[in-house]
Amino acid sequence: MSLDSGLMAATTPERRGRAALGLAGGIAGFLLTLAITLFGLVVVTFVIGRIVPIDPVLAVVGDRASAATYQRVRTEMGLDLPLVEQFRIYLVKAVTGDFGRSVLTTNPVIEDIRTYFPATIELATLGTLIGTLIGVPLGVFAAVRSGSVLDHIVRIIGLVGYSVPIFWLGLMALLLFYAKLDWVAGPGRIDIAYDYLVTPVTGLLLVDSLMQGQIDVFWNAVSHIILPACLLGYFSLAYISRMTRALVLNELAQEYVVTARIKGLSEARVVWRHALRNAAVPLLTVVVLSYATLLEGSVLTETVFSWPGIGSYITSSLQNADMNAVLGGTLVVGAAFVTLNLVSDLLYRLLDPRTR
Amino acid sequence: MAGTSSSLAAWLTTAEPQSRAQARLGHAWQGFRRLSRNPTAMAGLAIVVLLIFVAVFAPLLATHSPIASGDLRTERLLPPGPVFWLGTDDQARDIYSRLLYGSRLTLAVVILVSVIATPIGLAIGTISGYFGGWIDRILMRITDIFLAFPRLVLALAFVAALGPGIENAIIAIAITAWPPYARLARAETLTIRNSDFIHAVRLQGGSSLRILLKHIVPLCLSSVTVRVTLDMAGIILTAAGLGFLGLGAQPPTPEWGTMIAQGRRFLMDQWWVAAVPGIAIFVVSLGFNLLGDGLRDALDPKAAR
Repeated sequence: MSLDSGLMAATTPERRGRAALGLAGGIAGFLLTLAITLFGLVVVTFVIGRIVPIDPVLAVVGDRASAATYQRVRTEMGLDLPLVEQFRIYLVKAVTGDFGRSVLTTNPVIEDIRTYFPATIELATLGTLIGTLIGVPLGVFAAVRSGSVLDHIVRIIGLVGYSVPIFWLGLMALLLFYAKLDWVAGPGRIDIAYDYLVTPVTGLLLVDSLMQGQIDVFWNAVSHIILPACLLGYFSLAYISRMTRALVLNELAQEYVVTARIKGLSEARVVWRHALRNAAVPLLTVVVLSYATLLEGSVLTETVFSWPGIGSYITSSLQNADMNAVLGGTLVVGAAFVTLNLVSDLLYRLLDPRTR
Repeated sequence: MAGTSSSLAAWLTTAEPQSRAQARLGHAWQGFRRLSRNPTAMAGLAIVVLLIFVAVFAPLLATHSPIASGDLRTERLLPPGPVFWLGTDDQARDIYSRLLYGSRLTLAVVILVSVIATPIGLAIGTISGYFGGWIDRILMRITDIFLAFPRLVLALAFVAALGPGIENAIIAIAITAWPPYARLARAETLTIRNSDFIHAVRLQGGSSLRILLKHIVPLCLSSVTVRVTLDMAGIILTAAGLGFLGLGAQPPTPEWGTMIAQGRRFLMDQWWVAAVPGIAIFVVSLGFNLLGDGLRDALDPKAAR
């Protein structure tokens, strides 16, 4: 849904009008919007942090501390300052990446995020790749043979993707492909036997293991990632194929397609070289938006597959009332989502000459 | 009988309605006629009607209590059978009965989120579009900020702060759901704002509030309604996701997402405990999606892709 609205936002006449200011104006406007939106995100997480019913001082000192200790810690945490001043400190800390310490892991939250985030990126990237490589051709075929059996199948794939709870589908996939058929490895990112064999460089296990020549580790990691990646890929495919179909159908109705056909070009050339090429820019924004949604939506998938990513980090911190970790994780995922969302908008304006 | 139904059809489809009510009913009838020609939309409508029926008559349809445990020694984790139609969970409760009562929660979530989010979106969108200028710029900037937010993660953080529970889950989803409605209502308002009939009302001395409430909002309603219906599946899925993560309805409430989370521990051997509520969520969201698609085509031909 946020995908739809995002694309809607990207194509409103108002935004296209703004793009008329030109390239520099476009980038300046993008940076301004990005800054304001990220600021909004910081405000919202600050407000969320203030309405927590848990007393953050009690969480640190424990309920047996004396009144003097309580007061001292309260002052140290800056909780006796006026709200505006508290927000200023929070904002400065957020910008510099200081989200405080996690009560659960006792590490600074930003270090935890550095450890967990690559796993999420690895999963979401593979998911988007699968979704794009299958979704775009499916959408094109559905548009070319609009009304055919294939078109209906693509529509059903999309409808199911929009209707099925992802965590439930993940559980059922684990039951079938791991427990019953034993085709893939189970939850987690790697078997314990292979753990710590690869030194993290990029943090992406598939890349690191290949670079260090650990082929066994690579294949083990593949058998772990393939199921959650296919699952995320399916959801991305449902959206991408539907949007591709709509975009290509729109192009096929244009007059240049008629001209190309009259010129005697083969139908394949008309579709793949002319129509798809003109749909490529909005399609790119669709893929970027889908990537952003997978980053965010990984919260549920990661929980199901015990995937040690940022989503698992946020939910396990939630269950332990570790608010520093929750808000830090939310800010980072939120910032990635917001940036990708706005980048897709910028790409649309920069790459499509018609919007200049 | 045939005579009355044909005269009723004539009354509904007349080109010269005698009253406002007749015109409205006639309009609704035409919309329904268009909808009824679309078999998948009717399937969606049937699912939604079934959901409402089950939610209303859950106590009559249920065979067991949805909350009270059965005999923990003999009735735990039973497979589907003649006594427990869809099996039992780890507390020896009848899954079929829990499923029926769970439909009430699903329906409540959908209705409450729409009731909270739609007026917010309508108010912000119509005010923004009608007044224009700096009001428009500020309101739309706020809407854009919320549009760019990650909805699920924010809902998570909200619920984390407010405390787990179905009420807080509803508030969290509603807070993140309104921006698309505001954008849509604004776009509609912009096309209506300069119509002759709005000028006429203004010349007659109608206040801005009156114009907004009596003339603009009703005209925005149909497209916003379509959009809300299309979003309902997403609302159900988010609520179930929060329940699954332990942040929505709390046990022993028979919420479907929470039921999946409880069944997860027995996935390998008693798979139906987790599978059955998931199928229910899937069918209901599919129903709302089909109905929403059909409504969009029937009521709002402009938005049809």
